[in-house]
Amino acid sequence: MPTALPAEFADLEPFADWAVPTERARYDKRTASTMDELQAFYDAAFPRLEDAMVYLDRYSIDELPDDATRLLWLFCALTTASFPVEVWRQPRVPDSGSSSFDAVIEPRV
Amino acid sequence: MPHFAKPGEGSWTQHYGIDTGPVSYEDSISPEHYELERDAIFRRTWLNVGRVEQLPRVGSYFTRELDAARTSVVVVRDSAGEVRAFHNMCRHRGNKLVWNDYPREETSGFCRQFTCKYHGWRYGLDGGLTFVQQESEFFDLDKSDYGLVPVRVDVWEGFIFVHLDDQDATPLSDYLGGLAAGIAGYPFDRMTQVHRYRAEVASNWKLFIDAFAEFYHAPVLHAKQSVDEESRKLQGFGFEALAYQIDGPHGMVSSWGGMSPPKDLSMVKPIERKLRSGLFGPWEAPDVGLDELPPGLNPARHRAWGMDSFLFFPNFMVLIWKTNWVLTYHYWPTSHNTHIFEGTVYFAPPKNARERLQQELAVVTFKEYTLQDGNTLEATQTMLESRAVTEFPLNDQEILLRHLHATARRYVSEHRQRQTEAPVRISAAS
Repeated sequence: MPTALPAEFADLEPFADWAVPTERARYDKRTASTMDELQAFYDAAFPRLEDAMVYLDRYSIDELPDDATRLLWLFCALTTASFPVEVWRQPRVPDSGSSSFDAVIEPRV
Repeated sequence: MPHFAKPGEGSWTQHYGIDTGPVSYEDSISPEHYELERDAIFRRTWLNVGRVEQLPRVGSYFTRELDAARTSVVVVRDSAGEVRAFHNMCRHRGNKLVWNDYPREETSGFCRQFTCKYHGWRYGLDGGLTFVQQESEFFDLDKSDYGLVPVRVDVWEGFIFVHLDDQDATPLSDYLGGLAAGIAGYPFDRMTQVHRYRAEVASNWKLFIDAFAEFYHAPVLHAKQSVDEESRKLQGFGFEALAYQIDGPHGMVSSWGGMSPPKDLSMVKPIERKLRSGLFGPWEAPDVGLDELPPGLNPARHRAWGMDSFLFFPNFMVLIWKTNWVLTYHYWPTSHNTHIFEGTVYFAPPKNARERLQQELAVVTFKEYTLQDGNTLEATQTMLESRAVTEFPLNDQEILLRHLHATARRYVSEHRQRQTEAPVRISAAS
């Protein structure tokens, strides 16, 4: 089985497809997910957030190895997925209809 | 009974001598008014088109589509290191000079000279025409007569502005006035971690400024973004600003910032508790070398201060947060009932992944709020256009809206005045 994440986070491998490099892709994945899928990701990742920050803090932000970069992206995705789980109870922002608000510039990592 | 002090006149609106009667929104739904705004406002004011960090070295350039001002500009750092701007147009037969793939999309990059895609005419970074394909086929062509058409450009605190009217000699610093002078020296240049978002919004450009120029809507429209008990408390409290200021066409609102950090951790969502960040930004302010605030920030000198929001007419907003980060908003009209909205977040570069995640949460929270705001505007625009109701009562916390619409109407009426006077002047001179 290919491993995308650092070995210490093997328990999150089933959710490694959330580790994508742009906010737009993470948001698109959120809106394409069911609430059950979002809840499962949140329930697995949220308890590991502090561990991930401690793990990632060994590195300078500019020198993250590839697996650590993916771990960072996965937790960026947790912030995106937290809204449906913690407040909306649905993948999309309520009353946001067809409106979109897309990232056109964002940091490399 | 107000929670925060108001001026002696009893209201901010009366303090600044602004009419308190119901307001017409005809300026936001009339195609004719918008056509006049294009010349009266967008071709006659200083427009912020970017920041100096977008031009890191000689030959760096970016383009800006200024649909409202009926042009596109290319902004470049020339060989002397100065920022220059030109109409983005080849002098040969008018082709757009700098673009990639899609002529109506903005682009940026680095070059030693500009080369027109059509017939290969080349221009130096100073705008001078340097090469004409088959030059001998032309009739008495003097290349020095065919440089790119320059656009006035100036820089304030790293923000690059252009002005499309050669006749208006107002210097940028005079135009921006006292509100800008009051925040000069703020370390904008230290906040180089940039997230920019863009939306096409089906409303008049001023309606989105309205949404960001008052926080009266926040406890209601965004109620569900807080935990339930906090949400009820916020609605009961409502919103009152610490201060408002009006200076010429510009204005500002100074706001409290109770959530950064919150007084009680149970007020905020689990992800905010864990990451110590949220809508008001990361709770711990990074060191940006700011020993004391510039005098124009927190004008009420209130200890609950959290953020000041400046509107530089017509379409540039700067929000400066107590926790040392900055948001800018731009509203670029594309018709009387559509515009492009840009929100740009500026942070100090994160030192580690923890700070990066705190910033990400602040940015995606901003996105959630904006998605709610943007959709509400479309709902407002369509009903305003029905003209079933034509006058609207605005409260004292909506003073900047009154000022914005009145200023836009004033620019248009003064422009009309000039147009009717102009022929008389010409005949008198001849």
